[in-house]
Amino acid sequence: MSDDRLEPAHWHRLHPLSPIVRAGRATIGIAIVLVPSVLTGRRSSGLVYELAFVGVLLGLGFVSWLVTRWRVEDDDLRIETGLIRRQSLRFPLAQVQAIDIVKPGLARVFRVAELRLRMAGNTGGTARLAYLPERDAEPLRVRLLQLAHGAVEPTARTEEREPKQHGDERVLTTVPPARLAASILLSDVGFASAAILVGLIVTAVLAPSVAKAVFGGGAVPIVGAVTHVWRRFNQEYRLTLAEAPDGLRLRSGLVALTSETIRPGRVQAVRMVEPFLWRRLGWCRLEVDLAGRQRRKGEGEAQRKQLRAVLPVGSRALAFELLERIVPAAPQAGLRPPGRVRLKSPLRYRFLGWGRTDVCVVASSGRIRRVTTWVPLAKVQSLRRTQGPLQRRLQLASVHVDTAGRSVHATLRDRDVDEADRALAELVGLAREARRAPP
Amino acid sequence: MRRAEVGIGTALVAAVGVVVTALASGWTGAIVAAVVAVGAGAVVEVFVARRVRAWSYAEREDDLLVQRGVLFSRLSVVPYGRMQFIDVTAGPVERSFGLATVRLHTAAAASDARIPGLSRADADVLRDRLAELGEAQAAGL
Repeated sequence: MSDDRLEPAHWHRLHPLSPIVRAGRATIGIAIVLVPSVLTGRRSSGLVYELAFVGVLLGLGFVSWLVTRWRVEDDDLRIETGLIRRQSLRFPLAQVQAIDIVKPGLARVFRVAELRLRMAGNTGGTARLAYLPERDAEPLRVRLLQLAHGAVEPTARTEEREPKQHGDERVLTTVPPARLAASILLSDVGFASAAILVGLIVTAVLAPSVAKAVFGGGAVPIVGAVTHVWRRFNQEYRLTLAEAPDGLRLRSGLVALTSETIRPGRVQAVRMVEPFLWRRLGWCRLEVDLAGRQRRKGEGEAQRKQLRAVLPVGSRALAFELLERIVPAAPQAGLRPPGRVRLKSPLRYRFLGWGRTDVCVVASSGRIRRVTTWVPLAKVQSLRRTQGPLQRRLQLASVHVDTAGRSVHATLRDRDVDEADRALAELVGLAREARRAPP
Repeated sequence: MRRAEVGIGTALVAAVGVVVTALASGWTGAIVAAVVAVGAGAVVEVFVARRVRAWSYAEREDDLLVQRGVLFSRLSVVPYGRMQFIDVTAGPVERSFGLATVRLHTAAAASDARIPGLSRADADVLRDRLAELGEAQAAGL
């Protein structure tokens, strides 16, 4: 690869095939519609229109490619785009949280990849360079990260952070596809859709007309469930977790490949989920909540809410080992609630617990599945103590630990009032200390 | 806290509204409706007054405490350093009584710190003071 192509200070264009890849599914759809009619060659007048339509689309795509360019300017990444409505986007490299490489299915066919620069801050968007030639993506990622670190610390760190390739990584774990499939099947959604599917097949055999009616009515939820299952499978297929010098590196995907790096300082919370059916097998799922991951353009609602699974499925021992790397010296949720809680939350009682160290707090809860949440105290946004009428009668109170975003927060549920007050006071103090201490 | 005035105001408005609608269906109906409405208003007023009395806030050295709720009591602790921005809002009813609500936002969606029923001047002073404290202790994410 020539140096000039990778020199970020010059203006660059994206890969010429970008518009086609970006159009993604539409392209495939058009191809499916067009190819048979071209091959059979009938209705030539219709064909002309269709070809003209495709031509216009291609032209538009070409223009959009022509007017889009990017470069690194001072400490900003600048992307210019748009013909009629010209847009010039600037992304300060100092605020880059991480750079992910994403390759959707079609992109892999054309050997291109997308670079996603995740910016800090709540409103921080995502700078997308879609698409770049596949072989340039990784060097450019490293280069941009160097520049980003250089922007933060002008001299010291740049030398340390020499270009890193896969060689520096130490693979921690890979999730076998079979286990992933089994875990999805045993999860709530998977179980439900499997049950529906089996039910449908059975009714289809016994009474075809009934099955048809049911399918007609329930088609939307079925499609929804199937997409959900598929997306999860696709996203977490062959997930490999590796330890790189700059954090944990996640690589996964069946059709679309994703590679992302999690820097330890960015983790807002870690969550361990143990669904009912998995507990028998000693499996659990480890998820991390990252800053600036919530509001990303171009992601569906379901996906936006999802946390990043570090370990889609694995044994508890492995999960704790990984947890140790993300949140060192994580406490156990060992403090049990008073026995009278059984009156208020009979299902939850088994799972309730909390614990803390000076830098981290953990709480577990859940009715059917057990959810354990670790929050580093330096990331605590606010604390709340709540007490409902029933809790007051039983002399109980809950303490909520809020972190950034809406997806996760740890709740010390149903503690004795004195204990809750003491915990609140302690946590407020500890969080203050943790905030002041350098990360 | 002065939310009580708002409570009385809304109760009165509700009573008048019920009377007006009842007028259409004859005098006896209207009188009964008025009595019921005033009674309901009085009951509501008791609850509102209790709720208002329970609503309090305290500025501490490093954080702001906001307590609210009678049946469901909530106590929020918001460190100044975590405040993202502060809103001062005043709806039409609040405005007619010269009141305003101060609302604190952190990066967490759940931290719900709202101080209603301050006078406009107090609200502005509080907002400025909090903003200053927040800037001095800003800790980012």
